[in-house]
Amino acid sequence: MENRITSLLKKKKENILSIYFTAGYPALDDTVSIITELENCGADLIEIGIPFSDPVADGPVIQRSSEIALRNGMSIQLLFEQLKEIRNHVSIPLILMGYINPVMQFGIEDFCLRCRETGIDGTIIPDLPLEVYEEEYKEVFERNSLCNIFLITPQTIDERIRKIDALSNGFIYMVSSSSTTGAKGSVDQEQIAYFARIQDLNLRSPRLIGFGISDKATFGRASSYANGAIIGSAFISALKGAEPVKSKVKLFMDEFH
Amino acid sequence: MNYQIDDKGYYGIFGGAFIPEMMFHNINELQKNYLGIIESESFRKEFRQLLEDYAGRPSPLYYSDRLSEHYSAHIYLKREDLNHTGSHKINNTIGQILLAKRIGKTRIIAETGAGQHGVATATVCARAGLECVVYMGAVDVARQSPNVEKMKMLGAEVRPVESGSKTLKDATNEAIRDWINNPVDTHYIIGSVVGPHPYPDMVARFQSVISEEIRQQLKVKTGREIPDYVIACVGGGSNAAGAFYHFLNEPQVQLIAVEAAGKGVDSGESAATTQLGRPGVLHGSRSLLMQTADGQVIEPYSISAGLDYPGIGPMHANLFVTQRARFLSATDEQALKAALYLSQKEGIIPALESAHALAALEMITFKPDDIVVVNVSGRGDKDMDAYLKYFQSQK
Ligand SMILES: Cc1ncc(COP(=O)(O)O)c(C=O)c1O
Repeated sequence: MENRITSLLKKKKENILSIYFTAGYPALDDTVSIITELENCGADLIEIGIPFSDPVADGPVIQRSSEIALRNGMSIQLLFEQLKEIRNHVSIPLILMGYINPVMQFGIEDFCLRCRETGIDGTIIPDLPLEVYEEEYKEVFERNSLCNIFLITPQTIDERIRKIDALSNGFIYMVSSSSTTGAKGSVDQEQIAYFARIQDLNLRSPRLIGFGISDKATFGRASSYANGAIIGSAFISALKGAEPVKSKVKLFMDEFH
Repeated sequence: MNYQIDDKGYYGIFGGAFIPEMMFHNINELQKNYLGIIESESFRKEFRQLLEDYAGRPSPLYYSDRLSEHYSAHIYLKREDLNHTGSHKINNTIGQILLAKRIGKTRIIAETGAGQHGVATATVCARAGLECVVYMGAVDVARQSPNVEKMKMLGAEVRPVESGSKTLKDATNEAIRDWINNPVDTHYIIGSVVGPHPYPDMVARFQSVISEEIRQQLKVKTGREIPDYVIACVGGGSNAAGAFYHFLNEPQVQLIAVEAAGKGVDSGESAATTQLGRPGVLHGSRSLLMQTADGQVIEPYSISAGLDYPGIGPMHANLFVTQRARFLSATDEQALKAALYLSQKEGIIPALESAHALAALEMITFKPDDIVVVNVSGRGDKDMDAYLKYFQSQK
């Protein structure tokens, strides 16, 4: 079977909406409900966050959700259990996003194998550098049909972007500004200039823009310079509160119709 | 065996640069340029001059009659406590501020545990006229308050960190986040031999002046450059890296690294990384790390804020697995006792961190001719609250 990320990107070229959430938050067993409801509400792609105790690339919202998820008892082992039957009823691409240490401790081979068995299509591991991936990880990821997604930032020089482009088999994750994750509420001129600069490189890989994308307006602006965008912190903030988790997901997603 | 960094930034299997892309540009610049800069004639000259005139180096190598008598060996104390700002940390911050200026950075950030690195950073920033922000865990802000006041007086902004265990690890996380958010104008002065390559090697080089001096001073005092033992405490491991550096390839020198056992290695409240840790990645390098089976970092504990860290530098992880260095650990209680002993026998009040190194003297059986150098990494002014409490409880 073709990788679901690859097929999505072939079919859909614009306004791809990807949603990130932290597994185990707000409650330990919300994972499957959140995924199912996101698909029902029109998300194109889902990034499932594996919580880590020391998420240095994340701002306060994802830090908090990770802390709570860990306190709730989330682990990679448990996450795979929860997702065991996910492919019986969810068909959009699923990506696991997390820091390298928990993945290393789980074991890279096992991790990739479980991803394939579970129907996971890709990974985003922000602190796994390109060079280490290429030398030590690429083979086992590809053997298990996983797209590993790399980040680029406003500081990434063209030569390196081209290298990342060549190594990518899914999409390129464009970090929208020099920052940790978190909603800023707007997209400024400097960011637009950066988006346009990357657009002009005519890369072979599709691009999704993430970090600081929070609502329909910022999603629309970012998407006009890429194939779509990713919302994380703003979605996680919307999961607070006492209502059933599915209604909170629906309420957040309603805006995008 | 080579115990130094290899050309890919590793010490054996430890080290490397496990960093998010947001840090790549700055780290890559450092990797490409640090050796060229710090080995240049002009840098070396300026660095040496400042170590001498500003930090007060060389620090004395003091023969302790009373410890020598007590432990039946020749005990020398390397007096890093006499440096400007009160610890070895100034050696590194002088080096890094000169580097930061040469790469055109205008804003400096740092993490600090005991506050010694924070004070040393604030100090060199004041002198260089650069903006300085220091991240410090809220627990450490409370237990090392004299240093917080000093940093403020020196013109630095101290940002208390409320996440995690509110200690050194969390302050480091927050400093890394600051750098990700300010990649253009900011240099991050890491305070120990931790972090992504090239930090462990760069900081070790700046601290290596400690063992360079020990060799020269021992030669003058004893006629031989090579001691039998060098003992140093290990938080991240910068004072130990500096004290070991020029002895790494002298196999007859026993290198003793002393970790903080906290309330006891098996008490659940400890920071003895080599005994409790496994290989893992934190703060940009692969090293030994205290962690759960799932790879979540365990919050460490030590009475000493400077040793209260769940990892050690990759150089030390390699010295541990290759058995080049012997790793011991001292409890809170043993360190306090050693601090009181040195105070009353020699009139030197050591930092709580350094007291862990001194505590190791109790654990080793020396021969009468042994030459033993203990690195007294800092002075105890900042620890007077903890010492008074202990002192009173002993009455
Ligand atoms: C006096 C002193 N010694 C030792 C340390 C521990 O650091 P390192 O292991 O890097 O020498 C500190 C850290 O704050 C310190 O202040």
